[in-house]
This record gives sequence, C-alpha cells and structure tokens, in this order.
Amino acid sequence: MKLSIKVNGVSRDGDVEPRTLLVQYIREHLGLTGTNIGCDTSSCGACTVHMNGESVKSCTMLAVQADGCEVLTIEGLAKGDEMHPMQKAFMENHGLQCGYCTPGMVMAAIGLLKENPSPTEEDVRIGLEGNLCRCTGYHNIVKSVLAAAKS
Amino acid sequence: MGGSILGNRVLRKEDPKFLTVGGKYVDDLLDESLLTGALHVTYARSTVAHGKILSIDTSDAASMPGIVAVFTGANLGLTPQPATFNPMVARSALAMDKVRYVGEPIVAIISETREQGEDAAEMVIVDYDILEALTDLEQALTSSTHIYESCGSNAVFDTTALGMPDNTGDAFFEGCEVVVKQRVLNQRVAPCPLEVRGAAVAWVDGRLYQWLSTQHAQGARDSIAAANGLDASQVRVITPDVGGGFGAKIGSYPEEQLLGRLSKEVGMPLRWRETRSESMMALGHGRAQVQYLTIGGTRDGHVTAYQMHVLQDCGAWFDMGAILAPFMTRPMSSGVYAIPKIECRTTSVITNTTPVVAYRGAGRPEATAAIERAMDLFAAEIGMDAAEVRRKNLIPKFDEPHTTVIGQTYDVGDYEVALDKALNAANYEELRAEQARRRSSGDVKQLGIGVSVYVEITGGVPPMGETAKIEITDDGRAIVYTGTSPHGQGHATAWSMLTSEQTGIPMENVELVWGDTDLVPSGGGTMGSRSLQQGGVAVFKVAGQVVDKAKAIAARLLEANEEDIVLDRDRGAFHVAGTPAVAKTWAELAVAAKADGGLKHEEMHSVASATFPFGAHVSVVEVDTETGKVSLIKQIACDDAGKVLNPLLLDGQIHGGVAQGAAQALLEEVRYDADGNPVTSNLADYAFISAAEMPDIQVVHMETPTFVNPLGVKGIGESGTIGSTPAVQSAVIDALSHLGVRHIDMPCTPMRVWEALHGRK
Repeated sequence: MKLSIKVNGVSRDGDVEPRTLLVQYIREHLGLTGTNIGCDTSSCGACTVHMNGESVKSCTMLAVQADGCEVLTIEGLAKGDEMHPMQKAFMENHGLQCGYCTPGMVMAAIGLLKENPSPTEEDVRIGLEGNLCRCTGYHNIVKSVLAAAKS
Repeated sequence: MGGSILGNRVLRKEDPKFLTVGGKYVDDLLDESLLTGALHVTYARSTVAHGKILSIDTSDAASMPGIVAVFTGANLGLTPQPATFNPMVARSALAMDKVRYVGEPIVAIISETREQGEDAAEMVIVDYDILEALTDLEQALTSSTHIYESCGSNAVFDTTALGMPDNTGDAFFEGCEVVVKQRVLNQRVAPCPLEVRGAAVAWVDGRLYQWLSTQHAQGARDSIAAANGLDASQVRVITPDVGGGFGAKIGSYPEEQLLGRLSKEVGMPLRWRETRSESMMALGHGRAQVQYLTIGGTRDGHVTAYQMHVLQDCGAWFDMGAILAPFMTRPMSSGVYAIPKIECRTTSVITNTTPVVAYRGAGRPEATAAIERAMDLFAAEIGMDAAEVRRKNLIPKFDEPHTTVIGQTYDVGDYEVALDKALNAANYEELRAEQARRRSSGDVKQLGIGVSVYVEITGGVPPMGETAKIEITDDGRAIVYTGTSPHGQGHATAWSMLTSEQTGIPMENVELVWGDTDLVPSGGGTMGSRSLQQGGVAVFKVAGQVVDKAKAIAARLLEANEEDIVLDRDRGAFHVAGTPAVAKTWAELAVAAKADGGLKHEEMHSVASATFPFGAHVSVVEVDTETGKVSLIKQIACDDAGKVLNPLLLDGQIHGGVAQGAAQALLEEVRYDADGNPVTSNLADYAFISAAEMPDIQVVHMETPTFVNPLGVKGIGESGTIGSTPAVQSAVIDALSHLGVRHIDMPCTPMRVWEALHGRK
C-alpha cells in the first residue's frame, strides 16, 4: 500500500505491506533507528514518537494509519547542534544509562509536558507509567522531566 | 594547575548520541556493508515443557513464501554437548530427541524477511510424547522423572559432593535459647534488559564475524568458536551499543552460537533478533532459590548459630545459575554479622523451566535476603527492634582483612556507621513513632519500616584483572582499549576521566575502544561489578606508564634528564621543570615516537582479591490492610563502594539497582502453570516495575577505601539491588507484624499480603 508521511519535517512516500507497523516503517524503510522496539505488547514505550504533535507508541499502529500525518522522531528533535530542552535535561540529570528506552522516554516526556506544563513528581511518575526503563530506577528520568518543565 | 577531576560529578560524554540519534544497537546495523543482503533467522521453539520429540515436520514451513532454508538439529548433524561443570548434563543447540522447557529452540528458519520467518515458524509441526513437567524445584528434587536421564537425578550439583560439610540438623542449635525456622522463597525473576538478544553474522575471508549484544565479547568469541569447531582466532565478535544486560548477556546462547553455522549453510550473512515474548522464555532468568533457614541465639539478641540449605533452581540447563548458590550465596551466608557457627549446604536442581543465569547480584542478593530475613525472624521472636538486633551482631569495624566462620575474607568494613547513616537519614525514631500512632488508631494504611545491612563481593569473578592499552595519536588524542564492556554504566566517561587525570589530555580527546575482539583480544567484560576496580585501574596505571614513556621522549627532544621533565596537565605538554616556555605537546611526542612504534603502552593489571562493598538500606511502605496493596513511599540507600570516581554514575547505579530490588520484593515473578507453560511471557503479563511504583530514592554517601587497588575503589553495579530487596520485603512484613504476620514470600503482591493477613480463602 502506498503512503505519504511527513517525518521530521520531510515528506516521505512509501509502499508497504499492509501489516507493516509504523515503527517498522520508521526503522527499516526510513532507516531512522533511533526509535527502538522493546516489546511486542505495547507495554514498554521504547517506540514512542509524536504523530501530529501527540505521543504514540509506533508499534501499536500500522504505518498506513499514519498516511498523511506528521511524525516526529528523536532524530528530528534537536535544532542542528542545539538539543531540545528535554534532551538537555536528560543529559544534565543523568536520565539515561544504556540509552535503549531513551528516545521513547524523551518523546513521551515532551508529550507529557505538552498536556501538563507544570507537573508534580507524582504526575510525572504516573504520566510515564507506559514507558519502561530497566537502568535508572526512573529517579533521574523524573528529575529530568521536572527540570525540563522548569526551564 | 587545576585540581583533580576524579571524584567530580562529570556529565556523560556518551549521552549526546543516545539523546539525538539513538544508540547503534545490533538491530540498527542497517548500513553495515558486510551485512548487505542479510537473511533473517527465526527459531521455532518448543511449546511443551517436557517431552520426547517423535517427529519434526518442516515441509509446510519450507514451502512458505520467502523461506530460504529450514534446519533441524538432525539436518545439521548436531550432537549433545556437555555442560561445563557437569558433563552428564548434555544437550544440542537445537533440541533433537527431547525438549526440556517451553521456548527451547528446535528448528532454525532462514527467510528473506523477518515476518516471513515468523509466519513459517508457526507452520513447523512437532509431534511430542509429553512427559511430566517438573517446574517446581522441590518436586523435581524428589521426582523419579529425570530431566537428563543419564544424570540419574535432577540434583546436578551439591556442595556435599564438593567435599563441603553437610548440615547437621537440629543438633547444631543445642544450647540456643531461641531457635526460629523458616522456608523462604527467593523467586525466579526475568532480567529484562530493554534490548532483547540479537546478533548478525557474516563470513569474511574465511573468518566468522559476529555482531552481538553481549556483556563479554571475548568470552562470546571463545564459546562461539568452540561451538563452530573453529579456533578463537577465526572468530571476530563485535559489540555494538548494548541496551542493558544485568548478567543475562554474560554468556552466549545456543541461538547465537548457531548463527555462524547457519550462515555457512546458506552462504549469506544473517541477522537474528528475538521478540520480547521469546526473550522472556529463552533469555536466562535469575535468582530462583528456595532457602531453608534456621537461626538460633540468646534471648538478649545474640545470634549464635545459623544454618541454611539452599535449593537452587537451575532451570532446564546447567548454566551459570547452577553454580551461584555454592560459589556466591554460600560464601556470603554470614553477611555483616559475627556469627560463631554457620552451616550452609546448597543443592542445584534441574527443572523444566528457562535456564537460570546471573542476574544483578547473582547469588549475593540471595545470601543477603536469607540472613536479613533470618535476622528479622529472630528479632520478632525475642521482641527486639530490627535495627537493634542487627547492631548487636555486626562485625565491628575492621581495616585489616576479616574472615567469617564460613571462610570468606572481606577487605574492609564499617557496618555500624553505614547502619547509623541510613537510620539517621530515615529519621528512624520518628518513623517508629508514626508507626505506633497508626497501630494504635487502627489505621487502614499501616506503616512498615524495613532495615537491611549487607556486604557483597565485587570483582570476584575470574579473570582477576584486566588489560588496558593506550595509544597517543599524531594529533595528540588518546585511544583507550579496554576489555570491559559498557552497556549503560558510562565507561566512556569514566575511563576518559582516568586517562585525562593522568595525561592532561582533555576528556573529549579520549576515545574508548571496547568489545571488538580483533581490537581488544583479551578482556573480562563487564559483570560482577568488576569494571572500575579492574578495568578502570588498568587504564589509570597504563595512562601513568604512557606519561613516563612520553617523559623519556621529551627528555631526549629537550636534551634534558628524564627526571627533570614535568607534565603540565593543564596544557597537556611536557617541559623541563622551571622552563615552561619550551614544551613538547602530546602530538609532538607521538610523532617523535613513530620511528619506535608509536607512543603507547599496554599492560595487564592483576588484582589480588575481590572487594567487599557494604551498606545499609531503610525502606518505608504503606500497606493497605483491606486490599493488601503495598506502596513503597521512601527508600534510603547508603552504599559504600570505596572511593568515588564520579558521583553522577555512582548514584545512577544505585538508583537502578534499588528499583530492581524493589521490583523483586514487590512485583516481579516468573510463573508457570501446572503444565509448565510460562504465564508471564511478555511485558504485559510480567510485572516489570514502572515509574509509578517507585518513590524518590535518597542516596546517602559513605566512602571507605579498599587497599586492594591503588584507586581504593570497589564495585557499585549490584549493591543497590542487594541492599534494597530485603529492606523492602522486611518493611511489608513489619507493617503487619503487630497483627501476627511473621513472613511473606516475595513478591509481596496484594494477594500474598492479603492472604498473610486473612489466611488463604
């Protein structure tokens, strides 16, 4: 099936098997491997991207469902060498270790602040419940998001 | 001259990449030219826990679209290979005559796309003669059904067979005023690195190249070479970024070892990545012990005898899990306490479950959980405060090696200070007062306070040392080669700090090379909290040697005595003392050294012994007495890992460790049904801990340097898990102790807590 998606500001036309997931399309067809796959039950959130400005788990939708939409992945976040404030906050607060959950976590965190620009610690913890991390104990991820909210 | 960078909170230099384009994990190697045209491997796996294979029909699978080849063990001529520590336990990489756990690989399918392989795997038909599934460790121990018939028993390793004394039963406690017994479950958990297993292979000029998500490339090279009948020199393992390991990626697995052979058969490079559901069944599990504990002592709180029989579930293969109980749990059975008499027997048992491997702490959390649980039971029996009974029995501060009665020697220890720091940070007295208030008012939400004090082994796994090599490039950068293997710990930052400290070369001009066995042929990988005390110390020493070599060259160029040459670290330049204006930079010295083979040094740093970090944790929980729901509301962690190189990285390791410990105490458990089917085989069913279940973690610093290495450092990778697990479990039980609850097995789920309060209904 043919599809056209604006990914990180660039229009990309493609032709995929109907069963192709959005995450597969992003990774395998477009070569944007920053978005990761961590599970097969939509539990971990490693594949979180933004579609039309909202965070979505890209393993939970078909690529063709994104036809005509705008998708933002981790690769499209920084402006040149200038990292997005959320990326900076993760760096400054050691919000990542192995890095595998990180792209999805950063995208989810940005989505969270869009909905709730001044969250409490509890808001952040509940808001990120759908994004799993095995390294950080979430402590510094929560700190990162709260720091980004302040900045 | 500026001060030392060591000990400072330095941000990670690896982060910008992870944050902007993401890491390059094995499944991300899309533009690796050696993998052009790579086909995909999918394994068809056993759907029964224990059975004889009567037939394998792959004809339908082979005729599916895009299927290039389908292989069984018989096609490949595989034969059973014996386990390292017990040759009577033998299996082939693909199951042939028998399957022993759900998820065991049986058939390898090569396809053009991954999806075609998954479809074809569904079409493989295996006919089984189903045998009794022994998923319960104690049932397997006494069953006449033997999972490896040639063993004549499911018990495959026992400390008594190693010549260690058997336990002597109740007679051991003669003279004790108080004796308490408890069967304790240290349940099976799944390590769950967020990146599952994956690999890619290509044959290059007759050599096997294997990209692998591993914690130990050099070990994987050797096991892959052996499995393929190759010399180690014919295999090159390359480690891309690794999305977590937690012990489960130390060894290589049959699915990985077979790829070279499969690639040779089809004449094409191959990629393999398991799904999460496969990973939950076939990546090794952790813990999985049943412990029979008896503790005895005096009414005034002195423990005088402690006896433990550990039953270690090996799962369906004699993997590393089988040897953790005898060689990691048993030596640490005394914990931080001066107990005059200890007996500890361990028995490792094969079951029809996923093989057990190392998982964060690997044998030490189990030892700590056991003695801490025993201490709590003893305290409850004599009506003494949990912190007080511990204080009475702690080994007093020592700065010379101390050997416990079980025979383990610790380097340095100051356990009472750790306990005091944790109690003070927690406001322990106030917490007890609040608890008393809630108890007297009959609050639905009762407060529980758990205390643990622990000591563990780090850097105790062979090889006892690590190699480092440093090369200075013509433009004055340092290339550091290490046999350790980062997968989240921040080696690039830490090793750059150590190199920069010695050489004055700025951190951004230090490049780290690891995990490629052609570039780093020898190394012990990253496991057992060994990296800094072995690999880091090696880098620090070698950097010092490179400075000495540079001084000799500078002396020649400046026509001065070597001992008069000084390194100005701020400038990264060498000059004669007192005449800084005439100096030679690292770049100039590297160029000058070219004729003599370059400016570089390589050395193996051997260590005499492991180190023994220690600490104390306090956990505070609220338990809803109506529903059994537990909320962890406070966690205080005082972990002493000796001198601290970078508190940013240290705290990160503690946080992650604490979460995994809390996860085991409260949530996570791998479970099977009566037929041996896993019922927690994906992340929807397995209770992987999330941000919502974790509280803010309060880290309390304490630094007691070790004399074992020149930096005074110990390991920190596993301490958080070891300290937190028993503290959290203890807090849950403590919340209900006034209601007569003495013990709840982990995980302390609402159901288990409710049952402890109300009895099984």
